[in-house]
Amino acid sequence: MTRIVVEQKVLKENDRIAAALRARFRDAGVFCLNLISSPGAGKTTLLERTLEGFPAGERVAVLTGDIQTENDAVRLARFGFLVRQITTGGTCHLEARMVEQALADWRLEDLELLFIENVGNLVCPSSYDLGEALKVVLLSVPEGDDKPLKYPAIFHKAELLVLNKLDLLPYVPFDLERARAHARHIHPGMEILEVSCTTGAGLNTWRQWLKERREAARREAAALTR
Amino acid sequence: MHELSLAQTLLETVEAEARRRPGARVVTVGVRVGELSGVDPEALSFSFEALVADTALAPLALAIERCPRRHRCPRCDFTFAATDSDFACPRCGSTPTPCVGGDELELTFLEVEEP
Repeated sequence: MTRIVVEQKVLKENDRIAAALRARFRDAGVFCLNLISSPGAGKTTLLERTLEGFPAGERVAVLTGDIQTENDAVRLARFGFLVRQITTGGTCHLEARMVEQALADWRLEDLELLFIENVGNLVCPSSYDLGEALKVVLLSVPEGDDKPLKYPAIFHKAELLVLNKLDLLPYVPFDLERARAHARHIHPGMEILEVSCTTGAGLNTWRQWLKERREAARREAAALTR
Repeated sequence: MHELSLAQTLLETVEAEARRRPGARVVTVGVRVGELSGVDPEALSFSFEALVADTALAPLALAIERCPRRHRCPRCDFTFAATDSDFACPRCGSTPTPCVGGDELELTFLEVEEP
């Protein structure tokens, strides 16, 4: 019996495509975010609120992933920006290959900001790098404040936690302080924003965060090419 | 439940390796699965077994090495396996301690019988 040491990532091929995408985003000056949450936490609604705040001509695009239907793309296309649906036909997460194919005929040079709305799922999307600059995890108040402990992988990997549906706090047993503590237990120093896409509370802070991160990414890219 | 597609990817890698060694029989595949990888080892085993059964590689065992979440103490540089309830450094008590590992999903080895 011979033991052959292999030592390679199982998702080597996905990681290779993701690295190529990341290089293309960087070269084209595109800041890419991968939005992850369970179904119904409000990814599409957050994107609607975000897109409606942009001036016409903003260089932004959205890829939105779902197992079935074009519903999200239809909702998001109303704002006049570039939107494309990825229907996975059963797969519970997006893979780098799907992103590569979905934007094959886009000119990345025309974009500055790309949102990838992942399939609603707190588990599987955390394993797949899509070439994004960073992952954002959404958690809505009715889901419960212990989600970071139950799904540590995504809370570990996401740079920002957006707590959504804060307007429902009076009606559900959700302890905001405990949710924050759980998230920072898994991910010390994790950035957390609290919003309600229904009332609009906190959305200015989210827009400000987005603006700052885009500018920081731009400065980093400029420093690299200098 | 993405373990089925992971098992498929794993199997394709093993098949490619097997083709490079004509006559050799792969008997065990070793993988490392971290606690933060988002992968359920039981589901991976189950999927792998189900897929292997229909291939020329059967019987083929999957040996899973589970890796805990590892943290490193910024004060005393000690690296330790963290538990759900406690991320404090077991040596000096420092907290918080940054996470430095536990998201592995790797093919580590193949055990083969050469002719």
